[in-house]
Amino acid sequence: MNRFNAGSAIKDEHQERSLFSRRAKTGFLIITVSILVLLGRFFYLQVVAYGSFSTRSESNRVSVRPVVPNRGIIYDRRGRVIADNLPAYRLEIVPEKVPGSAAGLEALLDELSGLIELSEDDRANFHKSRRNYRVFDNVPVKFNLSEQEVARFAVNRHRFKGADVVPYLARYYPYGELLTHVLGYTGRLDADDIASVDEGNYRGTRTIGKVGVEQYREKELHGNSGFERVETNASGRVLDVLERQDAVAGTDLILSIDVAVQRAAWEALGEGTGSVVAIDPLDGSVIALVSKPAYDPNAFVHGISKPAYEAILNSPQRPLFNRALQGGYEPGSTIKPFVGLAGLELGLVTPGTRVFSNGEFFIEGYSRPYRDWKEEGHGLVDMEAALEQSVNTYFYQLAMNMGIDRMHDYLAQFGFGAATGIDVRGEGSGLLPSRAWKQAAHNEPWYPGETVIAGIGQGFNVVTPLQLANAVATLVNGGTRYAPRLLHATKPAGAGKALQVDSPVSVQVPVKSQRNWQTVLNGMDRVVNGLRGTARDVAVDARYRTGGKTGTAQVYRLREEDEYDDKTVARHLRDHALFIAFAPVDAPRIAIAVVVEHGGAGSRAAAPVARATLDAWLEQELPGEPGS
Amino acid sequence: MRRWLPSWIGMPRLDPVLLGLLLLLIGIGLAVLYSASGQDMGMVARQAVRLGVGLIVMLAISQVPPRILRLWAPWLYGIGILMLLATWGMGVGRGTQRWLDLGLVRFQPSELMKLAVPMMVAWYLHKRVLPPAWKETLASLGILLVPTLLIARQPDLGTALLVAASGVFTLYLAGIRWRVILGMGGLAAVAAPVLWFVLKEYQRNRIRTFLDPEADPLGHGWNIIQSKVAVGSGGLTGKGWLNGTQSHLEFIPERHTDFILAVLSEEFGLLGVTLIMLLYMAVIARGLYIAGVARYTDSRLLAGALSMTLFVYVLVNGAMVSGLLPVVGVPLPLISYGGTSAVTLLAGFGIMMSIYGHRKLWAKAG
Repeated sequence: MNRFNAGSAIKDEHQERSLFSRRAKTGFLIITVSILVLLGRFFYLQVVAYGSFSTRSESNRVSVRPVVPNRGIIYDRRGRVIADNLPAYRLEIVPEKVPGSAAGLEALLDELSGLIELSEDDRANFHKSRRNYRVFDNVPVKFNLSEQEVARFAVNRHRFKGADVVPYLARYYPYGELLTHVLGYTGRLDADDIASVDEGNYRGTRTIGKVGVEQYREKELHGNSGFERVETNASGRVLDVLERQDAVAGTDLILSIDVAVQRAAWEALGEGTGSVVAIDPLDGSVIALVSKPAYDPNAFVHGISKPAYEAILNSPQRPLFNRALQGGYEPGSTIKPFVGLAGLELGLVTPGTRVFSNGEFFIEGYSRPYRDWKEEGHGLVDMEAALEQSVNTYFYQLAMNMGIDRMHDYLAQFGFGAATGIDVRGEGSGLLPSRAWKQAAHNEPWYPGETVIAGIGQGFNVVTPLQLANAVATLVNGGTRYAPRLLHATKPAGAGKALQVDSPVSVQVPVKSQRNWQTVLNGMDRVVNGLRGTARDVAVDARYRTGGKTGTAQVYRLREEDEYDDKTVARHLRDHALFIAFAPVDAPRIAIAVVVEHGGAGSRAAAPVARATLDAWLEQELPGEPGS
Repeated sequence: MRRWLPSWIGMPRLDPVLLGLLLLLIGIGLAVLYSASGQDMGMVARQAVRLGVGLIVMLAISQVPPRILRLWAPWLYGIGILMLLATWGMGVGRGTQRWLDLGLVRFQPSELMKLAVPMMVAWYLHKRVLPPAWKETLASLGILLVPTLLIARQPDLGTALLVAASGVFTLYLAGIRWRVILGMGGLAAVAAPVLWFVLKEYQRNRIRTFLDPEADPLGHGWNIIQSKVAVGSGGLTGKGWLNGTQSHLEFIPERHTDFILAVLSEEFGLLGVTLIMLLYMAVIARGLYIAGVARYTDSRLLAGALSMTLFVYVLVNGAMVSGLLPVVGVPLPLISYGGTSAVTLLAGFGIMMSIYGHRKLWAKAG
């Protein structure tokens, strides 16, 4: 009967049913076999491999725990250890294991503070960082316990369920504040950090690079976590290691910084604040990067206390501020070699073009005088003499002929007005003004007077010490501009010898005439070695020949009729002293920029700092009789 | 025989065998959930409410005759496709576009497709000659591929897999040639490397992890390793209810949802796992029996396909928990915590009960 039921003549209900029946039976057979295979897998895990997964008692557990890699060591270019790992102890709590939830946790902390000094800060930090961990993670409470604290805890350990003292390697910076602004420091991993890293690799890591090289090279320095499968008892103590995969330690880094040069510059700055940046013009590697004052990075490694941090934060000298990377200064006369080269290369002047300085310069049709630093003027000067004596009138005239936009475009090639691309974060970009910039930033047209003072590095111009040093390096090596590098070489864990890092990116400034460049370098040579040079005291008794240029960055703008006098102006309003230099003149091995804040004129305050820095480097680098 | 005539009033049409099996699974599920949730009665209560809703849906659907359900098929399918397209633009969810926010409720259109796709394929094949010829086979494949691809795009590979399986099983039960089935398998194998380039990074990581979980044991391999440890430490008889030391505290991240089988394995051992598997097989067998006695062609295909799809849930989830398959978001039916998939499953069983209740009058058992 069902055969007639089927709506169509060809549709055979009976045959379809038997086909379905066969298919259903085959299907069920496949299902049965698959489920048996699955049960076979469970049989394998639960019976055959049971031994490897089982625990000795009901309360024991098998857990996978991370093996934290040792952080890479950092060396200076001469092999001195500048960031090290030292064994230390920290107090940790696993919140989940503490009986009595929140109140229990407070009680535990109270009781612990009888043995281990826990400040309000420590407790607040603990509660703050707790939120970043899962309840079953070990949350650090206090780092760097004293030996007495470790011993006291060891005796009383049984009283504190959920708390433990564990050994770890703590970062240590043997040179303290000398290298803070280069290295940065490591600190407690916080929520933002966790979001930015591979969580798996950081499962056991409790600190991370916060600023400087430690932050920028975090990935290399950290290494790869290993793991071990362990059997633990109910309170988490390891009974047996079932399986272990070692961590791969972080890569050791060799920086291009030379601690001897860094220290020479640091000490030469004395009590003053300021910055010194020294770059090897041959490869863009940074030899010294000083920003003074600084602070002790070791204080941050173990979690700095709030009052100590506030003292640093609120210090009027701003030790947290990295002047070398971020300090914005008016370049003053240190811009003149670059403006001069622009004039020569753009064909506006020749090395022989002479300009008469009578002490004052006027824009046609305006009555405002633009002065030379020498009241009576410098007379008739060419490019070299104008650089030697820092003749403003020459550069006022040149800037007027050039116009601000051409000046902008030429100077931009030397890296002014843009970040240099150094391998740390937080670099400032300075400011190289142009018509377009002023329209965009101030919604104002450009005035001719602004071009005039831009020719001597005043007005809107802002440079960082790093930019300035890199521009000098570019000038003296024939126009190759590198992105400055702090990283010199790397030594991955297990590697026999250090691997040189790739050469940094570079841009070539076009050279129209070698003679133009030589003229500017000659002018800078005469600044130091010429009869009328503005920095003659730098060269005294040196084994090598130095070129340079002084500069003064105005802090306090005088009214036209006022006379500026270092001795009568309050120190914090005094001009910043700037000095750029390179040596040896015929084959430069170092290019530096020095800023002494409130140091007055460049030659007096900044030039000696430059000399000390150059000496420290060239004593080592130049062949010949040392100390002669 | 007359008393079995279709009627809206009278005895509710239920399959006591199927209902009994389902209630047994649900009961075990709630007990395991109580343990997996760290004895959180609130969580158990929430799940019980969801399952209650699911059972009511099941009972309601079981009273609707199959010929009415048949009329719904194209509508459900069409609406489902439209909603999947809508998730393309306005879907919400963590990193995915699975949910559609309808103001009052958030709805997951892909869940609807788990039922709509086999219903649609069965509807399409209902009047046609079986086994289906090339034209019908290709059309059916089209019906199941469109929603599968839309769901895979969200991305939700687990659900896409289940939707595709339900459609493929319908075709398989309709009797498409083995050659075609093997051909499709071959094609899928060839397409797999291509798929690699379409996958999202997190999906690739899951597969990498599956291929070599020890390579990244702290990150992506964490779930698999911990799950295996929990399963393995259960042994033959397990540690006993509420005594699973591995699964209770830290180690299994999704221990009450996708990884609940790990908890069950640790606490009840191989015996518990075997018992659960036998229960699922009994449900599947009962489903296939219901299909065998179904009155209409489409009912037969639909009941059979829904039963076999249940197997895919169980196999994929079990393989994932024991480290045989990469982590795919497929829950353990009726046991994993979560309302959406449980309601869909129970609605599916409602359809099967309707089919049973309106079975062939002259059917001889078997």
